Amino acid sequence: MAEIRDLSHFVHHLDGGLARMELAVDGIVCGACMRVIEGGLAAIPDITLARVNLSNRRVAVEWRDGKVDPVRLIDRLSELGYRAYPYDASRAAADVEQETRKLLRCLGVAAFAAMNIMLLSVAVWSGNASDISPEQRDFFHWLSALIALPAAAYAGRPFFHSALRAVATRRLNMDVPISIGVLLALGMSVIETSQHATHAYFDSALMLLAFLLAGRTLEQAMRRRTRAVAGNLAALRAETATRFIGPDELAVVPVASIRPGDIVLVRPGERIAVDGVVTEGRSEVDQSLVTGETLPISASKGSMVYAGTLNLSGTLRVKVSVAERGTLLDEVTRILDHALEARTHYVRLADRAARLYAPLVHATAFTTMIGWIAFGATLHDAIITAIAVLIITCPCALGLAVPAVQVVASGSLFRAGVLLNSGEGIERLAGVDTILFDKTGTLTLPEPEVINAADLPADRLVLAGRLALASRHPLAAAVARAARAKAPLAAVEEPGQGVRCECEGVELRLGRPSFCGVECAAQSFDADPEASAIAFAYGGERYVLAVRQRLRGDAAEVIAKLKRGGFRIEILSGDRASAVAHAAHMLGVEHWHAGMTPADKIVRIAALQSQGRNVLMVGDGLNDAPSLAAADASLSVATAAHLAQAAADAIFLGDRLTPVTAAIAIARRARQLMRENLLLAIAYNAVAVPIAIFGFASPLVAALAMSSSSILVTVNALRAKPREPDRWKS
Amino acid sequence: MEVLIYLVPLALALGLLGLGGFLWSLKTGQYDDLEGAAWRAVMDDDAQGPGPEEGRK
Repeated sequence: MAEIRDLSHFVHHLDGGLARMELAVDGIVCGACMRVIEGGLAAIPDITLARVNLSNRRVAVEWRDGKVDPVRLIDRLSELGYRAYPYDASRAAADVEQETRKLLRCLGVAAFAAMNIMLLSVAVWSGNASDISPEQRDFFHWLSALIALPAAAYAGRPFFHSALRAVATRRLNMDVPISIGVLLALGMSVIETSQHATHAYFDSALMLLAFLLAGRTLEQAMRRRTRAVAGNLAALRAETATRFIGPDELAVVPVASIRPGDIVLVRPGERIAVDGVVTEGRSEVDQSLVTGETLPISASKGSMVYAGTLNLSGTLRVKVSVAERGTLLDEVTRILDHALEARTHYVRLADRAARLYAPLVHATAFTTMIGWIAFGATLHDAIITAIAVLIITCPCALGLAVPAVQVVASGSLFRAGVLLNSGEGIERLAGVDTILFDKTGTLTLPEPEVINAADLPADRLVLAGRLALASRHPLAAAVARAARAKAPLAAVEEPGQGVRCECEGVELRLGRPSFCGVECAAQSFDADPEASAIAFAYGGERYVLAVRQRLRGDAAEVIAKLKRGGFRIEILSGDRASAVAHAAHMLGVEHWHAGMTPADKIVRIAALQSQGRNVLMVGDGLNDAPSLAAADASLSVATAAHLAQAAADAIFLGDRLTPVTAAIAIARRARQLMRENLLLAIAYNAVAVPIAIFGFASPLVAALAMSSSSILVTVNALRAKPREPDRWKS
Repeated sequence: MEVLIYLVPLALALGLLGLGGFLWSLKTGQYDDLEGAAWRAVMDDDAQGPGPEEGRK
């Protein structure tokens, strides 16, 4: 059957007869890769641009439209040793990019304006101490106003918009006091300047904006990095389907372009990409990613199959019933949305600070004004002093306190193999005291392994491995991995049975025990009910290999460490009781629950939460997605279902479970530093506010206080970095 | 103090020039890949350099 790969969904047509595609590339690690990829792609004629973005591990390629087949780009990259996947830039990703640029533009304007106004202010301050004439001072102040007013109108928009939105919904966020402070400082300075006063606060207002925008930009940069990683993971999952475009003509197309009614072909070993009804073929389907159940179910004409499940033994033709949004997926998504909604009740540390802070400073400013009037000052002087209090308390350091720590901590997490999905995930992770693990794919490795490879003579194992390469069955893939086989043998596949071939006059068979002439193999694995058997026949010799999902290498160690750390550990699994009990016994976990549906898991989490526990859920399957969202904090595996990753606070990479402990340790340290930073900011206010209340807050004092406190919290945030830099290890 | 007549416009112009430069660098995407830019700076040749086959002389 002819088969083509259709990538047109990912190709963007530009003006001037050019086409553009972005590819997420696996395995770019350093500058050398960048050069190999760019050089290798540029060598193809008609390619006009190939540029690697090392920060988000993507390559953008442009070529003369129609002259290059996009498939060739992927083939070329694979010749160079990189696996590449077409990347579909989503709407959300584009929004993040745009937001980043907007913030950087505002930051640039605010910073340049602040610098230039400071230039003028220093002249005024030194002039005030020596021989500046009132006319010259007014001139400098008006000049400052000329720069400050348009710059603040432009650079202040992120704060003004957010403050307006907050006020409109009758909430209070940090942007409300910020906006009030900036507007009052500017307004007062203009009025004072028109009355030939000595002091104007144009520099303070702009400096405040610049520092706060720096904090926002840092926060945004972190968000952008995690989005980029999540986007690449989605592309790497290669959500494609093989669709019939003629009676026996096939095309590999992205799932997004599949419509209900299409017929797709699912080969053995492929993941089913859509929900649908089997129209032809007979096979077994592994639903573990969806339900957590590890025993495969059988599928034949008329059975319903679901997206995310794995086709094991035979080729199926599936008529798509619902594309993208399936009934089962829909159900999971519905519970997920519900759970996510509940989590938004979490109040971030910074917002909690803001709720306390805003009423407090406004009350202080008001009291100051009343106090000065009571002690006989003029209304004008009292108002000026009150505004000075507002300016000096404006949350410069407070605005940097949390984002600066978040950025440094997310960098540390990144190096520990944990990719953060949301900024406040750090805060939530730091507070957990109960950890719930899913079993399949989380405590165990996602791919099954041969556990008795040593039973075979080495040369037989190599032959079995090479034969296994001819099949796409997951059990065969496990045999191939165990033998580290590279060169496949030319074999015939018997659907649903196994593969066989002739090698040097001997018949080799690999597949079901019955296919290989082994009848009563099942008994030999009585001790290990989770193992599946695959047999290998070499002429008259028969071997039975046991394949099972193995626990992650360091799982027992990590669990023991967490238990020593005082965490309550539980296993929540959708799998059968015998399988879960076995894993729990191996890991020394006393509390385990088997056969749980997504709803059961949520009930268990809610029960623990009602006991006042903070729950961390670690899971990977579609069935875990709602519980990941319902838990106080959640971690998911990089091989997990897309929906599960989207619901988790963070994703960890690799075959080890250690990132779980690392993530909690880093998060706890980060939360400690955030609190320290907030304390530093409060201490600063404790010193600066009395100065302002008693009327000594000149613009010079305000400038010094603001910049020193901001630098202090930023330097403190850098301590979130691990002591020994290990960035070259990964 | 007549020096202010040309020093002030000069200072403003220099400030605007700096800001213009920053906005230009932002617009041309120079902050899109900070990690990659760090490596490009230490590479021997420009972006259109030799491919991997002919890379080593």
